[in-house]
Formats: sequence, structure tokens, C-alpha cells
Amino acid sequence: MQHLEEKFQAKIDAEIKIEPKDWMPERYRKTLIRQISQHAHSEIVGMLPEGNWITRAPSLRRKLALLAKVQDEAGHGLYLYSACETLGVSRDELLEQLHTGEAKYSSIFNYPTLTWADMGVVGWLVDGAAIMNQVPLCRCSYGPYARAMVRVCKEESFHQRQGYEILLTLSKGTEAQKRMLQDAIDRWWWPALMMFGPSDKDSKHTLQSMKWKIKRFTNDELRQKFVDVCAEQVKLLNATLPDPDLKWNEERGHYDFGAINWEEFWQVVKGNGPCNKERVEARRKAYAEGAWVREAAMAHAEKRRQRQATATAQSA
Amino acid sequence: MEKNNWPLWEIFVRSRSGLHHKHVGSLHAADAAMAIENARDVYTRRNEGVSLWVVESQHITASNPSEGEALFDPANDKVYRHPTFYDLPDGIGHM
Repeated sequence: MQHLEEKFQAKIDAEIKIEPKDWMPERYRKTLIRQISQHAHSEIVGMLPEGNWITRAPSLRRKLALLAKVQDEAGHGLYLYSACETLGVSRDELLEQLHTGEAKYSSIFNYPTLTWADMGVVGWLVDGAAIMNQVPLCRCSYGPYARAMVRVCKEESFHQRQGYEILLTLSKGTEAQKRMLQDAIDRWWWPALMMFGPSDKDSKHTLQSMKWKIKRFTNDELRQKFVDVCAEQVKLLNATLPDPDLKWNEERGHYDFGAINWEEFWQVVKGNGPCNKERVEARRKAYAEGAWVREAAMAHAEKRRQRQATATAQSA
Repeated sequence: MEKNNWPLWEIFVRSRSGLHHKHVGSLHAADAAMAIENARDVYTRRNEGVSLWVVESQHITASNPSEGEALFDPANDKVYRHPTFYDLPDGIGHM
């Protein structure tokens, strides 16, 4: 066992990818199942706050883009569920964990999308933070996860760009539209920063995940990178980030930023965010109401198989 | 929870004519026809392919990684199977 673990770590250190049938420590498998399924659930639950605005998109162009984006999120969920299943867990088990609340998904999706400007901010900040997290995952040590992330990242960039375009349009609009834009940024900025997870000193998984090269950067490193990028991008929108402590630090070569309200973060993780109940309930309902479709498809496939078998037997 | 799950299918996409089909991932579907339809939506939303293969995962036999050495090591010491093994003068041009 000791020997196997050493060989495994040597492979990781040599940047050799781990594939489904390779030997791996049980904790590595468990960590990946937790992380990949959480990621898959986030894609699927993430369709809900945006689906909310499809019928109310302000133009056909916006509606097309939003539909395509939400369809992409479904696709991303499917790539990730498939990657997760290579670790020996079934799709049904994964869905059950989501429906019972045993598995988590990104807390950001427990916030409501109140105005059209939220569609823009979700694209810019939420997808932006997701991209920041996901790009290093393309080099993750587990092959199927890394490959799924390459596909996801390719598609995700359109999401962020369409979001920023929505915001640019609002920033050149009426006073009411400009206020709507600023209000959306104010509500989403801090939750977006929380998407990178707890601060490094409180993150119980980071150290081991870095050693296994599942993660390449710590939560705080990625968060800083995100702040640096957004602090510049917000200027083009003639808007501000809701942080009085945000300030360029010449010495560090980074923006300093204010303290995150971790109490809020943990409350939302524990299920007490504004939309936690609604989101899980919507997923449960969709699953229950889709049961007859899953059964009917199996019955239909079986009937077709039998009909074909009979036809082959008769022609023989 | 129902146990009547749709089987898993492995999906292969030919990105354009002249190239091999390449494995891109997997998905669940009730039968082959549905696997093709779902693969179209999941794996080729952006012109990634001109042709799809779907194979039910249970029909794929894979080599065992722990036997990898026994399978592939014999090729290691057969350098004479590569063109660079042979000493030829520069003057012969491309060969």
C-alpha cells in the first residue's frame, strides 16, 4: 500500500495523468468525486437563475444568446457527470446526493436574479470567476476531469463576453439602466469573491489537493487575480465595485481589497441563503416529473429491440 | 430511487472528413438512436464534427493498466524498427 501510494505520487510529480482504471488512493478518488460532482451540480443548478430570464430577455438577440448559454451549462453538467462516473459512482447516486442536500453546489446560485442587469453581471462576474477557477483545472492530474474542463473552458468564454456586452449596453443607456447596472454589481460582487472558497488558512482541502495536482493555485491566489482583473474591467462600464478598501498597491503589484463576510458565506453553504430551498426543490421536482420520460424511453427501446429480433428471426 | 437506468454510451466524433473518429466522452441514452441524438446536442454544438460513433460502454474491452508493462515494454528495445536506426550517407537525399 505504502509502495503503491509512493508510485502514485511519483506519477503525479512527473505530470503523468491518472486515468480511470489506474490505481489511486481511496482519498484521491473520494476528493475527486466530491469536487467533480459539486462542479457538475453547480452547472445544472446554475441554469435556474438564468432560465428565470429567458422569457423576459429584452431582444431576440439577447434571448438567443441566453438560451445557448443555458444549454451550454446543461452540456457542462453532463461532461462533468460523465467524468465523475469514471470514478465508479453512478449518475443516480450523484443526483440523489444533490436532492438530499448531501452534495453541495456553488453557493453563488443561491442568490436571486432580480433584474435584467443580473444576466450581465452573472456572465461577467460569476462566469468570470468560474473561468479563473477552471482554467488551471484543465491541467488537473485526473485525465477525464482535465479533458472535460478543456471543453468547458472553450465554451465559457462566450458566456463571459455576452454578459459584459449586456453591461456595456446598459452603461450607455438611460439613468435608470445605469442604476440597474450598478445595483446588480453591488449585489453580486461579494458573493462572486466567495466563489473561490474559504481563505487559504481555513481551507481544509487545499494543501492535499495541491499535492495531488488537482488544484494548481490556492483560493486566495485565484481570488486576488480575479480582483485585479475586475477592478480594471469595471472602469469601462463607468461603474464601481462596492468596496471602499479597494486600492492599487504599488508594492505588491496587486489591488488591496476589503474583508469578506465569511459569516454570510458559511450561512449560505449551510443552506440558509436566499434561494437554497427553492433551487433544490426545483431540481427535485424536475427529476420526479421526468421519471415517466426515463421509463418510457427504456420501454420504447426494449420494444424496438424485440421487434428487430423478431424481424431478424423471420427473415432467417 | 428507480434502478432502471439508461445505459452508458461512449461517444466518438470525426471532426472532419479524412480524420479518425476520436473519443470525446460519454452519456446515458435508452438506445443507440437516442445516443446519437444526445451526442449531437452534448458534444457537437459548435461544429465539432461531421460524423458520430456511439458504442455502449459495456461492449468495450480495455487493457489492464497493471499489465501495461508486459504489453508495451517489449517495444522499448526494438530501436531497429525506426528509420533513424540505420546509418546512411548524407548524399542520398531524402529517404
